Amino acid sequence: MTGPMVKAETVCKNFGALKVLKGITLEVPKGEVLVLVGPSGSGKSTFLRCINHLETVNAGRLYVDGELVGYHERGGKLHEMKPRDVAKQRRDVGMVFQHFNLFPHRTALGNVLEAPVHVKGVNKKEATDRARDLLVQVGLEDKATAYPAQLSGGQQQRVAIARALAMNPKLMLFDEPTSALDPELVGEVLEVMKKLASEGMTMVVVTHEMGFAREVANELVFMDAGVVVERGVPRDVLSNPQHERTKAFLSKVL
Amino acid sequence: MTVVDSSPSTGPAAIDAIPLRHPWRWTAAVVIIILVGLFLYGVATNPTYRWPIFFEYLFNERILLGVWNTLQLTVYSMLLAIVIGVLLSVMRLSPNPVMKSVSWVYLWLFRGTPIYVQLAFWGLIPTIYANIQLGIPFGPSFFHLNLQSLSIPFLLATLGLALNEAAYMAEIIRAGISSVPEGQAEASTALGMSWGMTMRRTVLPQAMRVIIPPTGNEVISMLKTTSLVTAVPYAFDLYSIATREIAARTFEPVALLLVASAWYLAVTSILMVGQYYLERYYSRGASRKLTTKQLEALAKAQMGEPHP
Repeated sequence: MTGPMVKAETVCKNFGALKVLKGITLEVPKGEVLVLVGPSGSGKSTFLRCINHLETVNAGRLYVDGELVGYHERGGKLHEMKPRDVAKQRRDVGMVFQHFNLFPHRTALGNVLEAPVHVKGVNKKEATDRARDLLVQVGLEDKATAYPAQLSGGQQQRVAIARALAMNPKLMLFDEPTSALDPELVGEVLEVMKKLASEGMTMVVVTHEMGFAREVANELVFMDAGVVVERGVPRDVLSNPQHERTKAFLSKVL
Repeated sequence: MTVVDSSPSTGPAAIDAIPLRHPWRWTAAVVIIILVGLFLYGVATNPTYRWPIFFEYLFNERILLGVWNTLQLTVYSMLLAIVIGVLLSVMRLSPNPVMKSVSWVYLWLFRGTPIYVQLAFWGLIPTIYANIQLGIPFGPSFFHLNLQSLSIPFLLATLGLALNEAAYMAEIIRAGISSVPEGQAEASTALGMSWGMTMRRTVLPQAMRVIIPPTGNEVISMLKTTSLVTAVPYAFDLYSIATREIAARTFEPVALLLVASAWYLAVTSILMVGQYYLERYYSRGASRKLTTKQLEALAKAQMGEPHP
């Protein structure tokens, strides 16, 4: 298919009476990187979590690679998907979390092996070869037998990226991947993400790293209070913001 | 700017300090040893303890049978309790409201009534339900079983202990599951795992670290709770044989209570060793402290030796 990888049409999400997303419309073409920025509470993480159905959308439509997320559409009616089918959709979408969420009882290699072997049913030997390749890609081939607690934050986040890549996703979601890291460790994670982008991975990244946005992203979307306030080529938006709220936000983070 | 030479060619001498002295620890230890020694001397020389009888019955055939039966009761009922406990706690935490309610009612009932009463009821089941029929209500019957014709006190005792214990195990397991951070289930879900697989592969193994210590407690407690099966009535566990069967006949309650205690203590000690190894297994990855093996490898790397 040649359509966009992610397509959101007036996506709304509320938690009870609280409206978190008030109609987000955007597209992420295949092979491109979209960076979402905005103050905390603006709904950017929630939107990211909607993309792989960790949160259920209340209104609007959200498509990944042309497929409606979480529902079947039949005769103009939406039917909730079976959990098994939702899980199947998620397999093609990798996610990296702010706090890594590595499995502490498994080694770095075990973390990367877990999903291919137990979700996809790839045979163990084949998966191990691939997992070792991925650890080489993120620069951690010598840490295969280490447990997450023995790794630095930057190393843990790189293992988490390898773990997500092990499922061969067509889309990668990053939820503030460097926000929990010491400043000196941010670079090594961004380096891995840059490489991934240059290899043509479609990525949606929530981040406060404006340098990364400027250098890597094809489009930057600024969100505030559940709506898209401003969007455009990162260089333009960052150096010449049009909207007052964007200006106010950028003056604080730049 | 100065450049600091950090090569450790001639480092400072290793510290060789005089250790801190602890005179009061020594004093306390001596006092305790003297008191314990006096007590043991009294126990050994007091004729009412009947030590010869104690040794005569320690490895008595009937006593050994009692130990064996008690062990079986403990192991079978505990295993059953853990399986049912896992089911109950997973049901309690599941998104399905029917499962949640069933689990809650079970807990309410089995935790809310005394184990002794429950065991007595299990003993009465063949009286209350003399016949079991399987079929369509008010219609034909396909299967028929007369409970009163069976002699099943051991089975009933095991069931009674297990179903009661399951309620407590369910709460222990639920506490363990709740102790696993939410992000773990989220990461598993994001990788495409089902709810069941997330429980089995991610959540339960991590919950084990929290579950095992109280479960060890429950096993040891169960070992001794088996002495209540006399309510069923089942009469061949260690306590029943030592007191009701032998002591009642020989009029030697003190010596035989000591025999029973010695065996309970011995089995408990063995169980504690098992618990130690289980805890060690499930705590892997929990600490950032390196294992002996990893430390050796790092030390070797530091010395410039090649990897093994």
